[in-house]
Amino acid sequence: MVRPAAPTIFAVATPPGRSAIAVFRLSGPSSSRALELLTNAATPPARQAALRWLTAPGSGERIDQALVTFFPAPHSYTGEDLLEIGVHGGRAVVAALAEILQAFPGIKPAEPGEFTRRAFQNGKLDLTQAEGIADLIDSETEFQRRQALRVASGGLREKVAQWREIALQIAAELESQLDFSDEGDVGENDFRLAASWRRNLEVQLQEELRNGERSGRLRNGISIVLAGPPNAGKSTLFNGLVGMERAIVSAHPGTTRDLLYADIDIEGFPVTLIDSAGLRESGDDIEQIGMDRARAAVEAADIVLWLNAHDAVAEPVVGDRRFLRVWTKADLGQPAPAGWMELDCRSSADLHRLVESIVPILGSLAGDGAEGLVLRSRQRDAVGKGVDACDRLGAHLATGNIELAAEECRVVLDALESLGGGVDIEDILGEVFGRFCIGK
Amino acid sequence: MKLDSGAKALPSVFDVIVIGAGHAGCEAASAAARLGARTLLLTKSLGDIGSLSCNPAIGGLGKGQIVREIDALGGLMGTVADLSAIQYRLLNRSRGPAVRGPRAQIDRELYKIGMRQALKAVSGLTVRELVALGLEVQQDRVVGVATSAGLISTRSVVVTAGTFLNGLIHIGHERIPAGRIGEAPSTDLGASLRSLGLRVGRLKTGTPPRLRASSINFNDLQRQEADSDPEFFSTATRSIRNRQICCYITRTNAATHAEIAADIPNSPLFNGSIQGRGPRYCPSIEDKVMRFADRDSHQIFLEPEGIDSDVIYPNGISTSLSQEAQHRFVRTIPGLEMAEFLRPGYAIEYDFYDPNDLYPTLESKKIVGLFMAGQVNGTTGYEEAAGQGIVAGLNAALSAGGRTPQMFDRTTSYIGVMVDDLTSRPVTEPYRMFTSRSEYRLSIRADNADLRLTPLAMELGIIAPEQQNSFNEKCKRIRHARDMFVGTSLTPSAWGRLGFAVNFDGTRRSAYNVLGRPDVRFDDIARALPELADAAGPYGEHLETEAKYAVYLDRQRDSICQYKSALEFDLAPDLDYSAIGGLSNEIRSKLSAARPTTLAHAERVEGITPAALTILSAHARRRRSVAE
Ligand SMILES: Cc1cc2nc3c(=O)[nH]c(=O)nc-3n(C[C@H](O)[C@H](O)[C@H](O)COP(=O)(O)OP(=O)(O)OC[C@H]3O[C@@H](n4cnc5c(N)ncnc54)[C@H](O)[C@@H]3O)c2cc1C
Repeated sequence: MVRPAAPTIFAVATPPGRSAIAVFRLSGPSSSRALELLTNAATPPARQAALRWLTAPGSGERIDQALVTFFPAPHSYTGEDLLEIGVHGGRAVVAALAEILQAFPGIKPAEPGEFTRRAFQNGKLDLTQAEGIADLIDSETEFQRRQALRVASGGLREKVAQWREIALQIAAELESQLDFSDEGDVGENDFRLAASWRRNLEVQLQEELRNGERSGRLRNGISIVLAGPPNAGKSTLFNGLVGMERAIVSAHPGTTRDLLYADIDIEGFPVTLIDSAGLRESGDDIEQIGMDRARAAVEAADIVLWLNAHDAVAEPVVGDRRFLRVWTKADLGQPAPAGWMELDCRSSADLHRLVESIVPILGSLAGDGAEGLVLRSRQRDAVGKGVDACDRLGAHLATGNIELAAEECRVVLDALESLGGGVDIEDILGEVFGRFCIGK
Repeated sequence: MKLDSGAKALPSVFDVIVIGAGHAGCEAASAAARLGARTLLLTKSLGDIGSLSCNPAIGGLGKGQIVREIDALGGLMGTVADLSAIQYRLLNRSRGPAVRGPRAQIDRELYKIGMRQALKAVSGLTVRELVALGLEVQQDRVVGVATSAGLISTRSVVVTAGTFLNGLIHIGHERIPAGRIGEAPSTDLGASLRSLGLRVGRLKTGTPPRLRASSINFNDLQRQEADSDPEFFSTATRSIRNRQICCYITRTNAATHAEIAADIPNSPLFNGSIQGRGPRYCPSIEDKVMRFADRDSHQIFLEPEGIDSDVIYPNGISTSLSQEAQHRFVRTIPGLEMAEFLRPGYAIEYDFYDPNDLYPTLESKKIVGLFMAGQVNGTTGYEEAAGQGIVAGLNAALSAGGRTPQMFDRTTSYIGVMVDDLTSRPVTEPYRMFTSRSEYRLSIRADNADLRLTPLAMELGIIAPEQQNSFNEKCKRIRHARDMFVGTSLTPSAWGRLGFAVNFDGTRRSAYNVLGRPDVRFDDIARALPELADAAGPYGEHLETEAKYAVYLDRQRDSICQYKSALEFDLAPDLDYSAIGGLSNEIRSKLSAARPTTLAHAERVEGITPAALTILSAHARRRRSVAE
């Protein structure tokens, strides 16, 4: 039978534009045939780089000298035959090679994320790793990169495996009492071990959930809202900070007339800086709309910088949000009251001082990427479900309702299972893979 | 049933022929005949019908649930077990209702008599004392069975030959070809099946020696009495039929273990002569001693094989050591010092056919019209065999009549769990039912088997009118009682006056809600509100169970809905997996081998990744939308 094979895909794995070298990647059954046609030579031994001249198959014209490495299935990133071709990075070389590859029968350009999708489909990665790779590609700051890398290289996968092992042990302990209670040699009615393991598991899950809150902030960005009365210097401070820190270029949905956003990298932390409308006690209807938005932004912020309020406007009640009082010298001429940080928004030394006092707060809010593994709300939900079920499991153990305890243990296992991907994962997959750059 | 001698003329063609009148065979034959199929049951001897090859007991954890399901489907095992039960015990009585398993010691002879009579009452069923020698197969379709009295034509065949296919008994160094001790193996049938090119393997099981009761000193042994309020298997049974006996418990000791250890070099299990895998959960005594060397003693139940029987079945010392070694170690055990042997223990190896090659109807994927049930599918246990017998018998009859197959799924029965496991997971040891195999354990219980399955049996028309009437009556009463409990709602202070501590939060609570609390028993409510007790009648415990599990049952219903919607995606039986892009070769070959019929089934194929499932489901959806 002739098997219609999955097409071989190719892409440039290095960033577009002029560079020292460009790496092409091919994955699929035709990779090695393509290489032979391109080089007029046999495929080099597995996983050994070889220097080869590439020629256009039709004209025989030389294109470039390249470093080629062949990774036969299944020991490759995608689990398929995989070929890497390193050429000199000039635009013309890259374009010529791409044109030739595209002309081969059975070879087509890769769709976004297709290499990783294939790796995932071939069981080379689990869902958490695939998600980690998506994050890695998207990461804008050093800490984000560090965090995503740990997940991509299997950090969460390993953690989940450890939790699953504990849960499995508990399940085994309970099930043995339910299914073999008629056998003389099965241990007596003693669930102290299971109870102790359960406690351990719950503590671990809770800790991860706590870390995960910070990891989530690191992944999604920490919001800092500048708020206060009109003319307090918010815009000057906003522009000053944006001008000083590295701007992150990313599209923001729904930039409104009244809130101004800028994404910046503050010493490795991804920060969304938000400038809001001035707050005062009265105002016309239009102004009221702006102030409502400002209050909502304060409400949702991770950190609030509260500027020069005098007693003109009451300080917002901010709950557990971090709150920093900043006294801008602009137009004010009064010394800062106690508990306020005095600041000249135009002085870069002062801005640095402000940043220095913000950085530790960022650290405590988001961590430095060295700890958390549960980055996404999907993952946090699953861990949360696990914690809740662990809790109920404990209650049932205490009252001796073993079959219900066992039921909750299943819920824990399901929750852990869903971290690695379950049946109904299509939507998530679409999201994960749709956002990949070509060639990863 | 017509009991004819082998030579008498038979109809020219049957709809269904069942080979072997063991537990699978009896249920298969009865189910097929009840569906209206002209059915022939072949047995080597009429005296073999319904033989309990091993322990004299039916039911247990997970197994008792299956017996109740068989009863709910109009099967025979439940009623016959009740006719011959000599000691009822509900296992896990102290635990929740979901994990309680009815069990009974059985009088072997009474069981056989009961089963013969039960078969006799089935119309459309012919039983013949004939040995099946092989299958007649034309173009991958069964057309007949070769027997010692010639070829008999049929549309479907159900093979339920138990441990007889190329059976080989081991006792120490002795090897005896046999189906059970003293019975010839089915070598011709075994060879015929092997020639069909199905995947075949070897498994092993074992049995303890039988001892003479009058040679045992029971005086100092711990007694195990029957339950004072027995739980029957069949809903039709109203009272105990036989005097209840008691079992005894004794234990092995250091001397026993020393005797066993001394003979290990001669043990076929340890010297490599037995190749078939045995069940981990039912090890021989030599296995227990070697694998759990830290345990200085193992429990043994001494179970009488009948009311007046002089045979004792020592449950817990299954063995294939040499006869001399068996004698030596048994006589170190308290009470058995003078034990007289009636029959040695032995291990038996036999052929089984990979059930992954069967559809969930238990029909072969390769040979049309060939159905298999019981031990031949790699299971162990009477109840497991009987449960499969119903599935295979029904579907053999449906297939012979050109009717739509009847599937059993995981969400509504243990039978469904078993069939699904067998047809989609690898069999590496004899398969036995456990309650933990069911993810819907709280919903599928021994106490609601009829509520789950009898409506199906009524639809198929395989259940007696009396059973239908009493079932309808029961449903009506339960519905009424439930309405009363839900409808009776009182304020916290009213509950307080009745003696129930309820939060004083001003909300009225129904009697059903209060019954669901862990500290409230049905009897408490019955005492306080007699009119509710009247409404519930005998179904108080059922109501209490449903009320106590309510939260979980709702949750399971949700997950059952999800599972069912996944089930709905049928995968075509001729699906070309090699043509589906994105699947790895390994997964392609696994799916091509397992040929799952639905997506849910595919999920359970070993080694299938979530990613592969996603691709499959996308593919199935695409195919379906193209078809529409
Ligand atoms: C030694 C031994 C130990 C066991 N130990 C255990 C245990 O510890 N726990 C447990 O749960 N189960 C045990 N069992 C298994 C239990 O007996 C079986 O699982 C159960 O009986 C299987 O039912 P069945 O209907 O598949 O086959 P069986 O009950 O074996 O019935 C098969 C029937 O087919 C008939 N037959 C065979 N070939 C032919 C033919 N060619 N023509 C006509 N008739 C034929 C036989 O005569 C027999 O009546 C043991 C069985 C044996 C033999």
